[in-house]
Amino acid sequence: MTSEPSVVEVILESDLKNLEVAEEIVRRVAGIAGLGEESEHQIEMAVHESMINAIWHGNKNDASKSVWLRFDVYKDRLEIRVRDQGNGFNVAEIPDPCSTENLLKVSGRGIFLIRTFMDEFQVRYLPGSGTEVTMVKLIDPAHQAKQGGTEREHESHNSTS
Amino acid sequence: MSMKATIRQVDSVIVIDISGRITLGEGCSQLRELIRDQLSKGKKQVLLNLADVTYIDSSGIGELVSAYTAVSNQGGQLKLLNLTKKVHDLLQITKLYTVFDIHDDEAKAIASFQK
Repeated sequence: MTSEPSVVEVILESDLKNLEVAEEIVRRVAGIAGLGEESEHQIEMAVHESMINAIWHGNKNDASKSVWLRFDVYKDRLEIRVRDQGNGFNVAEIPDPCSTENLLKVSGRGIFLIRTFMDEFQVRYLPGSGTEVTMVKLIDPAHQAKQGGTEREHESHNSTS
Repeated sequence: MSMKATIRQVDSVIVIDISGRITLGEGCSQLRELIRDQLSKGKKQVLLNLADVTYIDSSGIGELVSAYTAVSNQGGQLKLLNLTKKVHDLLQITKLYTVFDIHDDEAKAIASFQK
């Protein structure tokens, strides 16, 4: 693999039935990246939750809208972008689902799981284009096949809404 | 694969064997209906066997919490049986592992319900 990434890019109809399509793409991309089962599952969940946010919250379950999904596979990292046609959200305003007062709430765990499973997470509002979530999973070549990915090294949370 | 559930009664406990995906949409609403149905019949001791759950998302976790709250509010008990590693890890990450009474032996789980 050169410094140029392998790119997989799809545009999906904004419909929950496409969650499993996105998950299948993740499995194939994880194969390209040489990631193990655990990392593959973590990325699958992160993409699944991002897709739900895009379809449900961003595009308001409007099937005439689209979700754009792009995977850039580098030697040392997998970068994933999910873009909807919504108006964005402020990550800082999302309550901690693990705090005592929120523990028994039915919703509000999606972004928390993405942050837990991915090494970097950013949300950007792109005026006129929608909201784009960028997630990165670092790949440690020494542990790639053996341990299925890398330890969590750093995290970046940023939002513009 | 969508969610499938079979219901059986052992002593006074309703055991629901769940397989497949508990995710936003069909899986979650199916589980909600099952719990609502049991509560409407006065069945308040529920054991969810998750051994064959292949995938659960944040909505599915929320549905487990909702089921737990619904049963508890009726004065009943909802417990979990046979978590897969994926479900176990998710409940630990979300700190819900301490909320649920979790078992890996069905007979012991049944016996743990109040008589």
